Amino acid sequence: MSLLIRNGRLIDPATNHDAVVDILVEGGMIKKIAPKINGSCDELIDATNKVVVPGLIDMHTHLREPGREDEETIQSGTRAAAKGGFTTICCMPNTDPPIDDPSLVEFIYQEAEKEGLVEVLPIATISKARGGKDLSPMGRLKKAGAVAFSDDGDWVADSHLMRRALEYVKMLTLPLISHCEDRRLSQDGVMNEGYISTVLGLKGMPKEAEEVALLRDLALCKMTESLLHVAHLSTANGVELIRKAKVSRVRVTTEVTPHHFTLTDREVKSFDTNTKVNPPLRGKRDVEALKEGLKDGTIDVIATDHAPHLAEEKENEYNAAPFGVVGLETALGLVIKELVQTRTLTLMEAIAKLTINPARVLRINRGLVKEGARANLTIFDLEKKWLVTEDGFFSKSNNSPFLGWELPGKVEWTIVGGKVVYQDD
Amino acid sequence: MVFKRKDLLGMEDLSKEEILFILKTAESFREVLERPIRKVPTLRGKTVVNLFFEPSTRTRMSFELAEKRLNADVLNFSSSNSSVIKGETLLDTARNILAMKVDCLVLRHPTPGAPHLLAKKLPVSVINAGDGAHEHPTQALLDLYTIRERKGGVEGLKIVIIGDIAHSRVARSNIWALQKLGAEVRVCAPPTLIPPLIEKMGVKVFYSQEDALKEVDIVMMLRIQKERQNTGLLPSLSEYIELFSLTEERLGLAKDDALIMHPGPVNRGIELPAKLADGKRSVILNQVTNGVAVRMAVLYLLLGKS
Repeated sequence: MSLLIRNGRLIDPATNHDAVVDILVEGGMIKKIAPKINGSCDELIDATNKVVVPGLIDMHTHLREPGREDEETIQSGTRAAAKGGFTTICCMPNTDPPIDDPSLVEFIYQEAEKEGLVEVLPIATISKARGGKDLSPMGRLKKAGAVAFSDDGDWVADSHLMRRALEYVKMLTLPLISHCEDRRLSQDGVMNEGYISTVLGLKGMPKEAEEVALLRDLALCKMTESLLHVAHLSTANGVELIRKAKVSRVRVTTEVTPHHFTLTDREVKSFDTNTKVNPPLRGKRDVEALKEGLKDGTIDVIATDHAPHLAEEKENEYNAAPFGVVGLETALGLVIKELVQTRTLTLMEAIAKLTINPARVLRINRGLVKEGARANLTIFDLEKKWLVTEDGFFSKSNNSPFLGWELPGKVEWTIVGGKVVYQDD
Repeated sequence: MVFKRKDLLGMEDLSKEEILFILKTAESFREVLERPIRKVPTLRGKTVVNLFFEPSTRTRMSFELAEKRLNADVLNFSSSNSSVIKGETLLDTARNILAMKVDCLVLRHPTPGAPHLLAKKLPVSVINAGDGAHEHPTQALLDLYTIRERKGGVEGLKIVIIGDIAHSRVARSNIWALQKLGAEVRVCAPPTLIPPLIEKMGVKVFYSQEDALKEVDIVMMLRIQKERQNTGLLPSLSEYIELFSLTEERLGLAKDDALIMHPGPVNRGIELPAKLADGKRSVILNQVTNGVAVRMAVLYLLLGKS
């Protein structure tokens, strides 16, 4: 089975490649990249005027399986991923039951093999049952295929346990992913604490809830010389702390979500529960600082924090609605609209944060296009606009704050292991 | 002017003209309340449902009376005997009530934005009777009415709101409303009960009651929830009383003709002593009377002509 992608503009940050080429794929691998490839093939994609990039990687996805298959499944979540141009996604372990046992890691792989359209790499818990008390069997979890550890949604509040976790993963050379939030400070909060929460009378979550947690995690990361990845950074002070930590060679990486670099807490004034996320949408200054952090490399990765919820859960009063928004299908469009078209990042830099950078954080052999590499590729039209609509989602849920938005960067083909898993019609 | 709104959700988005129009309309209903037969046929055939998801006596009774005096059919629904405990969502509850063909929902709910959700999703008029710490527009309107009645106007007055500003919908609605009509608004509380950046709403913040009371025309006291002392917001109620309770001595710092207001219910001896609550400066009961007239005006403007 061979596939020829003809005349596409290949942008590969790992090799700093930006030129129009032909790409020949054979046996699931990239066989040849050249200005012109002749000869026969089983399948041909005309990528004229399209951009070809390494398959996008989302290192922060909630697939809801097992436990909340009404909101999302591995099947529907990977379809959404494929539509968004993602060929590899890492699923967070805050499922029911949580992914704290090798059998559950295996379950994810089996289901993904059976039902999944894209590659699914499980992230396992730091603590048993995400309880924050005892370490999960991280060695065995790694053997089963876990690519990182996180108690996502819950910060490991016990400093001693976090220290031991950071130490322990050193022998596994896998990162710990921390959801930095001091719950005592953000308790009962539903939005960013600030002028808007004051006007609306909604309980605020102060920026310091992130800052305090981050300060401790950075101190422990430095102490243990381990690997720390900070999930969904949301504040200007958070960006500054990580910037300084990187200067002093603390081995920390971080990510930002498209909704955090696009929206502010002003959006909450509509009481639209699709603006309810954790961490909450912050202020204008924070959005600017996040963009600055993306620009200067403080923020390594763009991740979606794709968090599907049913309409009937979201169609509720603000306090009662769950946190989270879907993100897989709108991420690339928002990156192009908010970062590339505003000249915050070059297209090359932006793609790096969706491909090779997350691959490096996770130490996985993905996120680049070269001869001999696995043929995970995403092909999109940089200019072509599309409308985000309620019924346009492949995800089981459509809790998006971007309904009605027109986004650029329509994904036309998503290819996993040489196989087309999504094609725009 | 023509009042064109479907709903009354808050004071923040009302214009000065709209506010004055409601108050003007309320004057004629206030006069109805003094008649031997205190009833008009204005809303005959209309059905209003009072949906209360928080305990309330005065606001619910005030709305009910306003509705009955306009000859509307009235239904009361409170969360203690609702299906909400069975897991039904707010929207479902409201849709079920609507299926019985009603014209207006008056909603009291602990979550900010709950009336906005119903207003957006449902084709009937929604009146916000208090949504969490967000807004309580009819309270602000009756406060404005009372101030105008006693002071002739609002423009140029100095008004201090004292108490739990952070958790008060009355404070927020009044801050918007009073400023729209040209008053200077001060808020006074311990810092733990002042929400962040409230000065951006246009008010001056005071931690000392003595400073806050200087030269004011109106002292608006807010009810303090006794539970606040167990959540790290106050060391104790007795310390709060010592620092923030209104006394005759402190009141002496205000203008000689300064009025005392309170949205009720009053914690006697906590926000202010009985002597002040019942004294000649107090207009607390006038507020209650005017509340009925103002709510009649709102109901009439939203439902009367359709």
